[in-house]
Amino acid sequence: MPPLDPLAETETATRIVRTPTAHDSAARHVTGTATYIDDLREPQGTLHLAPGGAPAAHGRITRLGLEAVRAAPGVMRVLTPADIPGRNDCSPIKGDDPILAEGIVDFHGQVLFAVVADTRDAARRAVRLAEIEIDPEPALITVDQALEAEHRLVPDYSFRKGDSATALKAGPRHLSGTLMIGGQEHFYLEGQVAFAMPGEGAMHVYSSTQHPSEVQAIIANMLKLPHAAVTVEVRRMGGGFGGKETQAAQWASLAALAAWLTGRPCKLRLDRDDDMNMTGKRHDFRADYQVAFDETGNIRSYEVTLASRCGYSADLSSAVNDRAMYHSDNAYYLPAATILSKRMKTHTVSNTAFRGFGGPQGMLAIERTIDAMAWSLGLDPLDVRKRNLYGGADRDMTPYGMRVTDNILSELIECLEKTSNYRERRAAIAQLNANSRFLKRGLALTPVKFGISFTNVMFNQAGALVHVYHDGTVHLNHGGTEMGQGLFTKVAQVVAEEFGIDLERVQITATTTAKVPNTSATAASAGSDLNGMAAQAAARAIKTRMIEFAAAEFGVPASEICFRENQVFIGCRVIPFSEMATRAWQARVSLSSTGFYSTPKIHWDREKATGRPFYYFAYGAACSEVAVDVTTGEMKVLRTDILHDVGRSLNPAIDLGQIEGGFVQGMGWLTTEELVFHEDGRLLTHSPSTYKIPCASDVPADFRVALFNGANREDTIYRSKAVGEPPLMLAISVFAAIADALHSLVPGKSVPLDAPATPESILRAVQELVRA
Amino acid sequence: MREEIRFLRRGREVQLRDIAPSLTLLDYLRLTEHAVGTKEGCAEGDCGACTVVLRKHVNGRLVYQPVNACILLAGQADGAEVITVEDLADDAALHPVQQMMAEQHGSQCGFCTPGFVMTLFALYHAERAGPRDRSVVNDWIAGNLCRCTGYRPIVDAALSSCSGTTGDRFTAQESAVAAALRVLDDDGDVFVGSDARFFAAPGSIAGLATLYAAHSDAVLVAGATDVGLWITKKLQTLPKVIWMGRVRALAAIEDMPDAVTFGATVSHETALPWLAAIDPDLGELMRRFAGKQIRSVGTIGGNIANGSPIGDTPPALIALGATVTLQRGDAERTLALEDFFLAYGKQDRAAGEFVRTVRVPKLKAHERFRCYKISKRFDQDISAVIGAFKFALDGSRIEAARLAFGGMAATPKRARQAEAALANGHLANEASWQPAMTALERDFTPITDHRASAAYRGDVARALLRKALLELGGTATQDTRIVGIRETADAAS
Repeated sequence: MPPLDPLAETETATRIVRTPTAHDSAARHVTGTATYIDDLREPQGTLHLAPGGAPAAHGRITRLGLEAVRAAPGVMRVLTPADIPGRNDCSPIKGDDPILAEGIVDFHGQVLFAVVADTRDAARRAVRLAEIEIDPEPALITVDQALEAEHRLVPDYSFRKGDSATALKAGPRHLSGTLMIGGQEHFYLEGQVAFAMPGEGAMHVYSSTQHPSEVQAIIANMLKLPHAAVTVEVRRMGGGFGGKETQAAQWASLAALAAWLTGRPCKLRLDRDDDMNMTGKRHDFRADYQVAFDETGNIRSYEVTLASRCGYSADLSSAVNDRAMYHSDNAYYLPAATILSKRMKTHTVSNTAFRGFGGPQGMLAIERTIDAMAWSLGLDPLDVRKRNLYGGADRDMTPYGMRVTDNILSELIECLEKTSNYRERRAAIAQLNANSRFLKRGLALTPVKFGISFTNVMFNQAGALVHVYHDGTVHLNHGGTEMGQGLFTKVAQVVAEEFGIDLERVQITATTTAKVPNTSATAASAGSDLNGMAAQAAARAIKTRMIEFAAAEFGVPASEICFRENQVFIGCRVIPFSEMATRAWQARVSLSSTGFYSTPKIHWDREKATGRPFYYFAYGAACSEVAVDVTTGEMKVLRTDILHDVGRSLNPAIDLGQIEGGFVQGMGWLTTEELVFHEDGRLLTHSPSTYKIPCASDVPADFRVALFNGANREDTIYRSKAVGEPPLMLAISVFAAIADALHSLVPGKSVPLDAPATPESILRAVQELVRA
Repeated sequence: MREEIRFLRRGREVQLRDIAPSLTLLDYLRLTEHAVGTKEGCAEGDCGACTVVLRKHVNGRLVYQPVNACILLAGQADGAEVITVEDLADDAALHPVQQMMAEQHGSQCGFCTPGFVMTLFALYHAERAGPRDRSVVNDWIAGNLCRCTGYRPIVDAALSSCSGTTGDRFTAQESAVAAALRVLDDDGDVFVGSDARFFAAPGSIAGLATLYAAHSDAVLVAGATDVGLWITKKLQTLPKVIWMGRVRALAAIEDMPDAVTFGATVSHETALPWLAAIDPDLGELMRRFAGKQIRSVGTIGGNIANGSPIGDTPPALIALGATVTLQRGDAERTLALEDFFLAYGKQDRAAGEFVRTVRVPKLKAHERFRCYKISKRFDQDISAVIGAFKFALDGSRIEAARLAFGGMAATPKRARQAEAALANGHLANEASWQPAMTALERDFTPITDHRASAAYRGDVARALLRKALLELGGTATQDTRIVGIRETADAAS
């Protein structure tokens, strides 16, 4: 690997960060003693809720017959919109997501009422007794239907660079195409759940949410309470992936409403089918692209229209579609471009955040475009990819006015190309395919460049609260939430490093709005970047006070005091950290501090569509080989090599887990995971028997993952980089490899493969290729 | 008549007398015991988060069965020991599979982890798992979904903890537990409840026949891998449940020179090696049948009796010429398996009648078998199409063909017109297959659903038949298949 890390020399040795420390809850996970919300001991008198969904996709409710529901055994109460004292809304921004819908139904499964009963079983049974009549109105289910009807959620938005239309005409070569991209169900293993405990004019809610502060605000507004009267707490989620960023609020709201009205603890845990029917998913997209390029494969102009299925309401769709636009260049320099985004409103569940947040769809479109260019030119797609990478003189400007100044993809791809033996395998596969009638191999190496920061500048802030107790143990709290990604472990490592103490001395605590207020969602891959910095700031504030105290106490200059190995070194004196804490306490030194961080340098002008939305980029590349049966469409990934940039890793084991897990999740999105909606708007794939996420044997048997260990050029926490989302898009290599395999059937022709590449989708592409 | 369900739990005997017949083991654990380490992920046996282990005394030895507690009736634990994730660690010392899962970073969000730990615990104790390589582990955990890790660290943890084990404290307890279970697991009839609402588990065929004749409105349960979903998803109350799992004679396997006869409650896992011995494709079909947890309790008889239009085993068994024997009271009758399936959801089974045995003929020297399963995901998925074919060959001439499909009609069904069209075709002559390909289009009018479109099903049915004929004509399966490659190509004799 080339020497990439000029800052490595200057870093002082670390003891806790950079170690492959296990997840803080690992021992609890494996013994079944990690507590999730449904595992909490229920106080006596706890009631349970079940939501009742609409039996049609669109129409006016003409009858909501709840008599039998109310009369059912165990039912205490049935919640309807009239029961809500304040705002009937659980949307993140726009005010268009009713907690309980009234009058009009906008998607199949939309919640109209909720049963409160003495057991969960009784509540679920009662729900089914409802008699609901809806006067149906035409429902738009697909992106194409919404485009046809010009049914927009919000006005179109575009990025324009240069005169792309003129450049398109100039060619010299020209291609256009359409790619359909499927959505994705999060399938967190722990379904949506909330448990509300009424207090004295207050409400305490345990919510499996990535965004406690938002849940707090929504519940307060619903109950007409000050925000200060509502506390939302979450120790851990059983997976989130974006699916609990906004989607947790409705269930927490209903539980809190029931608790408010009955004065009893109330719990709502969705069953899997309700969860899949009633909560939003990754947006499906239709991408229509046009590209002009030269004979060697240099892009001259790129125009793409990205139309997405947003569902019935805004949710986070604007930001998701923005991010699709920001990533429609992926890693490639576009001399001229028009990126047009259409956010289509449909009568389906409102689509939402999902790892990558639109980025994957924008990227997939240009990766297909590059493949199509390579096919038409008879070039290896990798060569066309490399030719178009950002870099070189005046080749660093994105279509949105931000310069790419930290690009490492040339070196990274060069390295992966060698370690994956790309060229040798390319030749071997060509030979293999020439001699194989039914099975075709495909190979692809694709890059990822992913922008890090919330694109809404305001959200790039975080707070932490750290206490040092006089026995030398540390209480750590911050606004980030733990959903399995190891955030709590990483931030604890930062704090332990700061105090020079063992990780075990740092007590990790549940996220709660009572300790750190006004937090952002744990999202946008930014959890460690933001909360790590905030916690470091808090720890430093305390440490600074301890140093000032020690300097005065022992008459040693502050510069000669350091904290490591559970000791404080004060000149030539060494005392245990715990004793230091005791002495500072006795001397009336405050050992508690908040910490705060806001990301520097970022700004965005939405009107002009220009600015610096990202603090930095995270990079990676993957090389995948697949085998395809062209008679049935069956496909297997045989080998994947990944080289991924996490800056200088805070925790290589956790980062590796994010990379592998993200890749496999992305692979599922592009292969086996198919959301099938009936034309009447019902989701037909609403459980794992019909919706197939990858299982163990789908993981490439030969799976080689390495970290590209070079410092972040920006001053992030220990020069690390965000890792949550970027690896998901490494799976584009699988999709491209499938297309490559099919391309061998009719070289030179564009492969009409849509995502997800199910066996049926693959066979359809084969048939179209061979037919024409 | 025993009037309580009894099983072993943490060294003590648990007796259940006053329970809903449809109480699931997961609800018992979480709501009654508050043993909340075991999780509900899907409540349909597809994600494995609820996996617990039943330690049972079977044929003179203890077996460790991973099962989905979410769709297992509490009564099905009768006579077994129920082991859950909280039970493995010995005070502070983690069990080897827990230790490796933690050390190898096998958990992220941790919600699926208890289920994985329990499946690996069963693997740790499995005698016949063969060499613990990656593909063996993949098979074992096919019924456990993880959305975070990408599985690699879990497989590594399994490889490092389950290979060459010397035994754990559960091994050390085995003789004592075996003795305790022998006492618990008697041969008598169990009847918990009243005539109007009961969970019954007869101990003999006679007891079963009598009880079912008296209560023909009862729901007959073998493994409950289908009935469990009626409870958790359809919210059916099932006032009368008769579990067949304690009738030892129904779990018998009879090996004859020309056929194997399976008792109705032989589990898929138990049947797997017997079916694989008939033909490796059948072994591969069974390997891909659901996951270990479902195969451990789901039965050959149940997969037939529930009449699924797909039901992964019936097409293969029909192609082989299987027959099914039904019993009602003392009366028995036997019919060809294909004749058992009358229409969608309707079988030729009278009130009070139950599946007694399934007889599966072995292949004769001049017969060849092929079967293929097409699904979105290779492992633990329900097929879009299954094609299963038996050919009687005279050299390369096709004397006769039995072509059965699943997913092509409302029931598993033979392609009679294609069968006729294929007779006297030649393996070496692709043109001679064409009439059969055309006939297939007349044999079936498949539907479009969430698994596949009608057009795809038709295309694939033809592709599978063609694939079988090519393979029998001598094309190596390495060149025709992505999974399920056969060791040797069996060219026409």
